[in-house]
This record gives sequence, C-alpha cells and structure tokens, in this order.
Amino acid sequence: MTKYFFKRLFQSALVMLVVAFVSFSLFNFVGDPINNMVGEETSDEERAELRETLGLMDPIHIQFSRFVVNASKGEFGISYQLRRPVSDLIVERLPATIELVVISALIALITGTFLGVYTGINRKGFFSDIILAVSLLGVSLPTFVIGILFIYLFAVILGILPSFGRGEVVDLGFWTTGFLTISGLKAIILPSVTLSLFQMTYIIRLVRAEMMEILQTDYIKFARARGINENSIKYKHALKNGLIPVITIAGINIGTLIAFSIITETVFQWPGMGFLFIQAVQFVDIPIMSAYLVFIAFVFVMINFIVDILYYFIDPRIRVKGDVSSG
Amino acid sequence: MSFLKIKNLSVDYPMRKETVYAAKGVNIEVNKGEILGLVGESGSGKSTVGNAIINLIDSPGKVSSGSVILGDLNIHKDPKNIEKYRGKKIGLIFQDPQTSLNPILTIGEQLIETIQTHLNLTKEEAKNKSVNLLKEVGIKDAEIRFNNYPHQFSGGMRQRVVISLALCCEPELLIADEPTTALDVSIQSQILDLIKKLTNERNLAVILITHDMGVIAETADRVAVMKSGNLIEIGETKKILTNPQETYTKSLVSSVPPTNKKISRFVIIDSEKKNNHKNNIKILNRWNKKEIIEQDLVQIKNLDKSFKDNFFTENSKNSVMAVNNVTFNIKEGESFGLVGESGSGKSTIAKMIVNLFKPSSGDIFFDKICITKIKQKNEMMRFRKQIQMIFQDPYSSLNGRLKVKDIISEPIKLHNPSISNSDLNSYIFDLLESVELIQKSADRYPHEFSGGQRQRISIARALATQPRLLVCDEPTSALDVSIQAQILNLLKDLQEQLNLTILFISHDLPVVRQMCDRIGVLKDGKLCEVSNTEDLFLKPKHDYTKELLRLMPKIESIYN
Repeated sequence: MTKYFFKRLFQSALVMLVVAFVSFSLFNFVGDPINNMVGEETSDEERAELRETLGLMDPIHIQFSRFVVNASKGEFGISYQLRRPVSDLIVERLPATIELVVISALIALITGTFLGVYTGINRKGFFSDIILAVSLLGVSLPTFVIGILFIYLFAVILGILPSFGRGEVVDLGFWTTGFLTISGLKAIILPSVTLSLFQMTYIIRLVRAEMMEILQTDYIKFARARGINENSIKYKHALKNGLIPVITIAGINIGTLIAFSIITETVFQWPGMGFLFIQAVQFVDIPIMSAYLVFIAFVFVMINFIVDILYYFIDPRIRVKGDVSSG
Repeated sequence: MSFLKIKNLSVDYPMRKETVYAAKGVNIEVNKGEILGLVGESGSGKSTVGNAIINLIDSPGKVSSGSVILGDLNIHKDPKNIEKYRGKKIGLIFQDPQTSLNPILTIGEQLIETIQTHLNLTKEEAKNKSVNLLKEVGIKDAEIRFNNYPHQFSGGMRQRVVISLALCCEPELLIADEPTTALDVSIQSQILDLIKKLTNERNLAVILITHDMGVIAETADRVAVMKSGNLIEIGETKKILTNPQETYTKSLVSSVPPTNKKISRFVIIDSEKKNNHKNNIKILNRWNKKEIIEQDLVQIKNLDKSFKDNFFTENSKNSVMAVNNVTFNIKEGESFGLVGESGSGKSTIAKMIVNLFKPSSGDIFFDKICITKIKQKNEMMRFRKQIQMIFQDPYSSLNGRLKVKDIISEPIKLHNPSISNSDLNSYIFDLLESVELIQKSADRYPHEFSGGQRQRISIARALATQPRLLVCDEPTSALDVSIQAQILNLLKDLQEQLNLTILFISHDLPVVRQMCDRIGVLKDGKLCEVSNTEDLFLKPKHDYTKELLRLMPKIESIYN
C-alpha cells in the first residue's frame, strides 16, 4: 500500500511540475510581462528597473523555481485588470464554481448510472430507445445552445426560474453558499442541469456498454447456471463490476466539469472561476490565466490521485496484486 | 432405468438467412455414478447440448424440441421453472476457471449466496457447509480461504472452487464443460481425479464435455461422439476408441497423437479430400536450399530473462526470473522440442531467439554468430530473415485488414525490395500451394478461413523469407485434433523437403513425441533435462519429467 501510495503521489507531483512550467512559460514568454504591467509613458530606465526588481533578469531556472515556490503557497501575483492579488480573487470565486460542479456531478452520476443500468438491461425496450435518442441530443448540442434554450423556456416563457446569477448568498466567513436561500437553490437548477447533460450522456453510454458486456461474461453465465436469481445477477453481480470504470470516468469528469463550467458560467452569468477566467482572457490578464491553468491541473491531478487510491479499496485485484498462492 | 434421459433434443439459432441447427435430435442417457464423455471438435454442438439441458442457450438460440427427464421430473416442461433446478438438481462447470468466478465477490459470498438461493439455511449454517465443501474439494485452510477473492487462487485451485460452487446444493447431475482444457497437465489430472472421486462418493451422474481423447480414455465410462449437431456414435469408451464403427469416429481416433510410439505421419481419414500422399512443395524450385551440415545451428548459453517493474507501469510479473540460466543447442536440420507447463518460460525463450525480447544476460548464437550482441539494424535483418516464427493463435497472429497476398508479400518485399510484380505473384502462389491452399486464397481476407487454414497462411508467411530456423510456439494447441494432424504432417513434409531446422514449443507431450528428435524439459525457467525423444519417453532421468509422463492423459490406457 505505501509503495502504491507514494508511487502515485510522486507521479502526481511530476505532472504538476510540467503544468507549472507551461503556466510559467505563458506568464513569461507570451508577450512582455513588463509591457502588460506598465503604461505607455513609462521610460526605458523605469522598465529596466522594474524588470530588475521583479527578478525577470535572473536565469530561467531560478525564475521557475521561484514561480513554483510561490505557486505552492498560492501566490500568483496581482491581477493586471482588477489590481488585487490573484489568490484573493480565486478564493472569492471558488465557492460558486465548486457548488455548481458538485451539484452537476451528482446529477450526472446518479441519473447517468440509473439510466445506463436501465438501458443496459432492457436493451431493446421502447424507453431505452427514447433515452438513448435524447441522450444523443445531449452530446450533439453545444452547452451554450442548451443553456439558452433552458433560459428561454424556464425563465422567459414559464418565468419560474431565474435566468442569471447565484441568487441570494449567505456568507459563512470562509465560504459563500447559495444552498441556504430559496433564490439561491432556484438559481442553481438551470446551470447545473445544463452543465451535467454532457457528462450524463457519457455516463449513460459507459454504464450501458459495461452492463451489456458484463452480462455476457462467464461468471454471469456461471451464476445463472447455479440458479442465482435474476435480480441478484443484475444488481449485485453485474452492477458492482460495471461501476468500477465509472469511478475513473467520474473522477476525470469532475475535472472536465470545472473546465466546461467556463461556458455555462458565461451563459448564466454565474460569478464563478470560469466567468473570472473569461474576463481575464478578454483583458489579457495573464496572472489570472496562469493561476487558473495551474489550479485546474491541480484539481485534475488530485482527483485522479484520489480515484487511484479509491480503486485500491474497491477493486480487490489491485489490493492484493502478486499475492497469488500456489497450488 | 437411466437417471438422465435426453430425448430428441434440438437447438436452433434462427439467423437472418437461415436457421442454424446447433443440435439435431440428440438422444443421450446417463446413469447415476457414471461419467459420460461427450466428444467432438469445435462447432460439433457438444457444449450446446450441455447448456441446453438447463436451458442456458444464448439468445437468439432456443431449445426447439425434445425433453430432458431427470429421475422422474421433466425439467423442460415449464421453461420458466427451470431456474430452480439450476444449481439445485444440476451443477455446471465451465472451461475457464479464470473467468468463471465474479472477481469482486469473495468465494465465501458466492458460495453462501448460492446455498441460500436453494437451501433453507441460515447464513451461519451455509458458511459451515461451504467450509466443509471447500475442504472436500481439496482446499487447505478452508476457513481462511473462504474470505479470499478469486484472483488469490491459482488456476487449479480456482477450478476446485468452481466445482465446490457447482456442487454446493447437492445436485445429482454434473455437467463439466471442458473442465481441464485451460489447465496444466499436472493440475488436469488432479481435477479429473477429484471429479471421479466425487462421482463415486456422491453417486453423481456426470457429463464430461471435452475434445481431448486422452481425458476421455482415462475418465469416461461411456462416450458419445458428436459432429455438426448430430450424435454420431455412443457406447462403451473402450469399444468406441478401439473399434469405432463410424468413419468420423475412426478419423477422430486416428488423428490423436499416440503417446506410446512415434509414427512417421498421421493417417488422415477424410471422405471429402484424400490427401494422404505427400504434398507437392512447389516452393522448392525457388528455394535457396542449404545442405545440412553437422553443426549446431543455434547455441544458447546461460540465458537469463527477468521482467522488472517499470516505474510507470503496473507489471504483475514482479521481477520474476522467467528464464534462469538455460543452455542448450539445436542441431542443423533437427526438430528440437521445448516442453513445459504454463509459466515455465518456453515462449520467453522463443521470443528471445527471434529477438523480440532482449535477454537479461547470456548469449544466443545462430550459425556461430552471437545475435544478442548485434546492435545494427541492417545486420539484424540478415538474421531475422533466417529465423521465422509461427504463433499459437491463428486468429490474432494475422492482420484481419490485409488480404492474404499482402500478408505474405510483406516479408518478401522487405527482404527483396526489387522483386517484380509478376514474380512476386508467382512466388505467393507457390507458397500457398506449398501449404496446400488454393491460388484463389491470395485475394481473400483472413476471416474467410478456418483456424487450420489460417495457420497454413501463417506458415506460408514464415516461409516467405526462406528461413533456416522455424520457431513454432504451440502451433496447433488452438486447433482441433484432426486439423492438428494435418498441420503437423505439413510441418514434417516441409522440414524434410526444405531442410528446415525447427524449434517446436508445446505443452502437449504426445505431439512433441511425434514431432521432435530431441526434447528439452523446462520447469520454472530452468531446464531440467535434454534428451533424445525416445530416451526421454522410455528412460526419463529427471523427476519432473517422470511426473509429467505419468500424468499425461494416455489414450492407450483404454487397452489395459
């Protein structure tokens, strides 16, 4: 276990270092950082002086190690546009994005697994065909089109749900939440459903394929030959095996959801990190962009790390690898 | 009065164009305490009959007619009710113990669930029963092993667990579908002994489905022979094996390699094509034939190979010495056999000789030149041309997206880029005819051929570079016995005519006896002994060789 754990940890650290380098390059080599910071009337001497004080004349590896040390402390410099530390901005926007992503991930996972199992077992049913056809729409329509359609239907025509923002939020000091007010809860429905659709389709199809494959395996056939009843075969023997790959996908998906949330947040004017990022892109606010890049990578790597560890507990085959007794 | 009576059983697979009959009007009876062997080649419908008894036929197939009477119960009368007889009255064992058990449930959970489905027992009682049963099938420390997952058992132990699962609700009929095909010889005999023991102790009626005539000869009381869904012949095992009445049974028995003597060729009784004569090896005309000289073509010295964990890959072979200090020579023009059970390192050695794996240490000499030290690609190509390989699985060793002519022309063009198109075509035709395939085969794709024909294509491809050494890694173990006989005859003819040297790798001792001049026995990566074939079979020196010979299923045992 320890070997497995540290091996995974080291691999994660390596990936983070590579991402940090890309992010660092973005900061330093896409345009001139000094030019981005100062006004047009600054003299060459002043620019050189600023360059010196910011340490931009140091060798690359020193600059990079400084960047890594600062990044690990959560410091990414000061936003050009908003003139505030990037770390403050991220902490402020983080709760909105996390809440949105967690709710969408839950919707996608629960609904997706349920529908996947249903369509996997009832392969030729009428409802299965409908679910699969609709889910195909979910993948083929871009998120912003679905978002706009939802806004038009639920906010404009029916007028039952708000079309933008987070509603009223409650500040808990370290966290601002929309879960404690009615308007906050109402506000999260449309964006989270919009965001979850793509992932849900993915999970439906994955679970369906897994279930269909597993129901063909020898051990299911052997269970049938022993007279185990159909429900136990489907929901105990097959489903448990079928969920193993879903864990991996779900892990990666949470990362993807955060990345995808850029579009959804923009459509619904959701005050989260994605929205912050889009604004940063418009103003070439490089500190925010590179911080966002590192942050997303960090989330991906962490989730993958956790999934690997989870695997260890769920799949007995990994747990006791190489521990096959002879005989 | 027989215990099991199968009357007029038919299984249909309705397809788009026509209905395929997997079994046609099969009548079989089995008594209690009796083992009935059900033999046939692949596609003969023997497994279909086994599955049809408990109505476990995959859709769209269905049992279209017939009845199955168990004691005085007609279990097919109400198809919906058959579930309660499965496991309770009839136990089934499948071929591959690796895939028969649910990987994420402990064997205890699987046993308890099965017992509680059929018997009215508490969890505690079910557990006691399972532990006793595990002891009965020969699993040590049953109380502890009860909580293990399937992957924690070796192949043979897993098959014991499968047997305990099949028998946990005390069925009266046991259907064993190729129960030992996926196992090594030594494990096979243990499992067969276990089945025989349980048959006697529990007075079971057993149907043993297998393709292996040796297993039948040693295990079954009576035998039923099937071909394309029809029951050909049924009777006492001794009678069927020594004095078969039907032509098909005769050909089946004659293509089984005898274990007690070496024959020059397999007699092929085939009503459709009489190709018992030696075939015309057309490729001989263009073959750059080398005279055999008294020398060691291949010398292997202190060869080691270990597989180590790489940092980024999870390798299950935790730095095992797959090959451990192996030394032997292959003389030019001979057939050298390497035998051993799974994991003995025989395929690893083959792959090192053809230079697909690099040895961890040690040297391989080919024609007196050390090929393990060659760094340059060009120089290596010269040797690759002279050493060719034939793989075990004829399905995955041919690229399904290429036409046969492209498969065969690739090595020709690689080693002779300037060959003209017309010359290339006649070269391919010569090769195909040499392996007894028609010229038209060149424009077809591999999936249009049967397993045996595919293996012929593999051989043609290997011959395309005019090699001196042919490495055959279990070339017939995926094939039916009658096809095996044909392929082995072909290899013998080719060797004789083309002065080939053959390294023949197999787990099947009777086959090796027919094919090889000298044999090396491998166990856990170490070479136990190297002897002339007849010496090895008559006067084995090493204990392990003696053990292997003792356990090998012998079709001749029926005469005793």
